[in-house]
Amino acid sequence: MALSNILESPASGFNFDNAARNAAFEGVVFKDGVVLGADTRATSSEVVADKMCAKIHYISPNIYCCGAGTAADTEKTTDLLSSNLTVFSLNSGRNPRVVMAVNILQDMLYRYHGQIGANLILGGVDCTGNHLYTVGPYGSVTKVPYLAMGSGDLAALGVLEDGFKHDLELEKAKELVRDAIHAGIMSDLGSGNNIDICVITKQGVDYIRPFQESEYKDTRKLKYKYHPGTTPVLTKKVVPLKLEVVEETQQRMDTV
Amino acid sequence: MVTCEPPKKSLPYCSDTASLHGGCRAFLVFPGLKMLSAQNFGESGKMKEYHYTGPVEHRFSPYAFNGGTVLAVAGEDFAIVASDTRLSEGYSIHSRDSPKCYKLTDTTVIGCSGFHGDCLTLTKIIDARLKMYKHSNTKTMTSGAIAAMLSTILYGRRFFPYYVYNIIGGLDEQGKGAVYSFDPVGSYQRDTYKAGGSASAMLQPLLDNQIGFKNMEGVEHVPLSKEKAVQLVKDVFISAAERDVYTGDALRICIITKEGIQEQNIPLRKD
Repeated sequence: MALSNILESPASGFNFDNAARNAAFEGVVFKDGVVLGADTRATSSEVVADKMCAKIHYISPNIYCCGAGTAADTEKTTDLLSSNLTVFSLNSGRNPRVVMAVNILQDMLYRYHGQIGANLILGGVDCTGNHLYTVGPYGSVTKVPYLAMGSGDLAALGVLEDGFKHDLELEKAKELVRDAIHAGIMSDLGSGNNIDICVITKQGVDYIRPFQESEYKDTRKLKYKYHPGTTPVLTKKVVPLKLEVVEETQQRMDTV
Repeated sequence: MVTCEPPKKSLPYCSDTASLHGGCRAFLVFPGLKMLSAQNFGESGKMKEYHYTGPVEHRFSPYAFNGGTVLAVAGEDFAIVASDTRLSEGYSIHSRDSPKCYKLTDTTVIGCSGFHGDCLTLTKIIDARLKMYKHSNTKTMTSGAIAAMLSTILYGRRFFPYYVYNIIGGLDEQGKGAVYSFDPVGSYQRDTYKAGGSASAMLQPLLDNQIGFKNMEGVEHVPLSKEKAVQLVKDVFISAAERDVYTGDALRICIITKEGIQEQNIPLRKD
């Protein structure tokens, strides 16, 4: 039975006060799977710390998780969960079920009685169907067809409540998630920049990052270049390093 | 010069943590009050901590922080006062079209950011005092006189300050550009350029470098032209809107020359 779980949680931004994130997260269950969405702004007490941060984390090939709350807590908790589930997969030869992930998380967070500030939305597809769960920092769990979380959740939830139907088609579900996160981004100061979407179906995962780029481009006119010698050089010491290139990677920086 | 920050503890009805920046961080929760896993909003609307930290005492704060950034630059024969137009509280937006520059006379504009209620009242008081001066002395107040008067108005409320960061931009008696910057209790000085408000810490070093040529060597100190100053102000606000959540929506620039005051509106990011 194909259940549609559409959870949308608007992400609240990340607030690095506790190194947290504010964001707008969403999850929506649709006909063939689950769509998760998030914005990409991470704030550190009202200053944008990261304009292109990745808030949708990999748990297992069929389960992804959006994390709000303290950044370090969500990262480490999801990493730990992911490792545990990988070990399980290797031992049993099966893909983990979403309820497994939820139970492991709930056990751990309850054990710490809220000291771990991780507010998570888990979405995934397994042999029993499409599921969307939310796990709170104190260990509470709710299973829902759609959900919005984070500082932008009220705005996003408005759009979700209006547009959600059971068994949506994929494109409609993506549109709905996009619209809801967009509402969160425009109304909430803690959410902004681009929108990431993760579509999980039986066939596989489509992690679209970014799904929609921010429409605000760099329109600065003046050139801000400095000639060599602008900063006075007091002393100079050159130490040559003998290096061997082992691996080269590129990371896109979201400059305006 | 030591500037005064609004008092954090001295007022009887201000809670200990009701700093003027509107962040009531340490709230005591009544025992038994369930902490929601979603946002908990402090008095000002900002996010509270997740963790239960013991009993909470709620107090009324007479101040709120409504965000916004103002900037003023003085040139040889012009002055520019610019502000963003976003009015916010906590993580919400009240208005996307609430400029913070107010025209006082044909040669003076004031930019006020901080608590919007106090900004409105203060500008009304300044307008009234300008009228009184004009009727008594049959002449318009000069920028320097307005600055001195504002200092006394602000200090008059030394023990319950106006939570406003003011910057006055205008032309002085010789027709040269003048900028006067204030703290909430009235300390002021004449500057060449100044940024105030939520993104001031981001903008001021940039202005120090680009207008004041600070921290640079071997660079020719060309005097600032009006066109370059306007473009610099636009660029600087675009950058501020990128990183400060309270700054954005639109930019209002008032360019003051002896011909009068010219206004420009430039859109900024809205997210």
